[in-house]
Amino acid sequence: MKAVVLLDFWASPFGQRCRIALAEKGVEYEYREENILGAKSPLLLKSNPVYKKVPVLIHDGKPVCESLIIVQYIDEAWPDHAPLLPADPYARAQACFWADFVDMKFNECGSRLWKLKGEAQAAAKEEFIGILKLLEGELGDKKYFGGDAFGFVDVALAPFVSWFYSYETCAGFSIEEAAPKVVAWGKRCMERESVANALSHPDKIYEMVGVLKKKFGVE
Amino acid sequence: MDQHSSLKLLGSWADSHTHRVQLALKLKGLEFDYQEEDVVNISPALVLHNPVYKMVPVLLHKDRPVVESVVILQYIDETWAGNPLTPADPFERAVARFWCHFAEDKLAPAVGAVFSSSGEGQKAAVDQVHENLKLLECEMRDGAFKGRRFFGGDKIGLLDVVLGCGSYWLAVFEEVMEVKLVDPESFPAFHAWLRDFEEQNEVKETIPAIDKLLEYARGVRQMMLSLSSSTSTSVPATAAANATGNDDVAVDAIDGSSG
Repeated sequence: MKAVVLLDFWASPFGQRCRIALAEKGVEYEYREENILGAKSPLLLKSNPVYKKVPVLIHDGKPVCESLIIVQYIDEAWPDHAPLLPADPYARAQACFWADFVDMKFNECGSRLWKLKGEAQAAAKEEFIGILKLLEGELGDKKYFGGDAFGFVDVALAPFVSWFYSYETCAGFSIEEAAPKVVAWGKRCMERESVANALSHPDKIYEMVGVLKKKFGVE
Repeated sequence: MDQHSSLKLLGSWADSHTHRVQLALKLKGLEFDYQEEDVVNISPALVLHNPVYKMVPVLLHKDRPVVESVVILQYIDETWAGNPLTPADPFERAVARFWCHFAEDKLAPAVGAVFSSSGEGQKAAVDQVHENLKLLECEMRDGAFKGRRFFGGDKIGLLDVVLGCGSYWLAVFEEVMEVKLVDPESFPAFHAWLRDFEEQNEVKETIPAIDKLLEYARGVRQMMLSLSSSTSTSVPATAAANATGNDDVAVDAIDGSSG
């Protein structure tokens, strides 16, 4: 086994965060695809006994779990190149807050856009538009959420750019209308090799959402 | 430059997240002003300083707000270097952060669910708490925390503060709900750690007296029962009781909020 191994699933936005961070740092690693729609590998079960989920980063045999924790670990274990978190404690706190927001609010609400139907979905849509506007406000006229440099919040949110099409199509609205700066930011992120190589094509994600909807019993 | 006099904490007396910040500030020897907030009738100050969540705690340092208790703890640790709470080694940090996440994401909601449910639902919630404590106990006996007095080593660290400020609800709920949550025979390591933690001076100064917590819990429980609402009422001042349901494996593996 190589020194750095990433247990992942091709479409996982959480796994993609880790791939982006590793690429930004220029770290060589072995990518191992987990079949999350089937049986989990013994290595995954051993490495993440609490959640049994991808992604898991295994560095010199030691597993790190939870994507944002993995990204922070990558930043701290390879500190000499491309810092993802700012040095200033207050700026770091802001970055941690917004990265956490992507999980607790953006992703949580986003998933309801395709998991739900009818009134519940309409309510989720309104909530999601509010969340987009908050991100729009936070981004402002900056190049990235991190400022001039691509950073922690950018890594946290970038994989979900592939999901915009699915959110829009399932819930019937335009993300560009609600948050044009975020959409422009998404395009800028896609110009980075680390992001372009990690993200799935929006059509593939839409296909995956279709598969998940069937499994989840949504139609 | 005196940074200390510029600290103000907006909190709530029965809120474990507020206690985390109070404890951390005490451990660092930092003076701060404290403002009690009404978590039901949200003040303009709370809306101003935490527009996204409108929740306590909020730490104001030179009038700049930091919110989310674990974020606040890390901010405090990075700004004031003495008596460090976070380990120096990146892997050790990742482990501590992981279990902080576990405490918020799994353990706290399970404990909250015990409080806000009854009958079969409560039995399931108690089982869930035991499952979660087992995972932690295993780590304390044979895993990452083996042989340590505290999660932080010889001294209290980040994870001790996060887990410790909140674990007192276990004893409170045991009494109010008449359930067994932390049995010393089943969870000897956790039980021993909690007793030790609660004996520390700074902790005793931070956590409210047990009879006040009992009175508070009884009051909330009474209110919930008299409303005879659904079992998913969330309890103020403890983590939300929205334990995740049995989502499809595939959905969970790709999509769960703990990714």
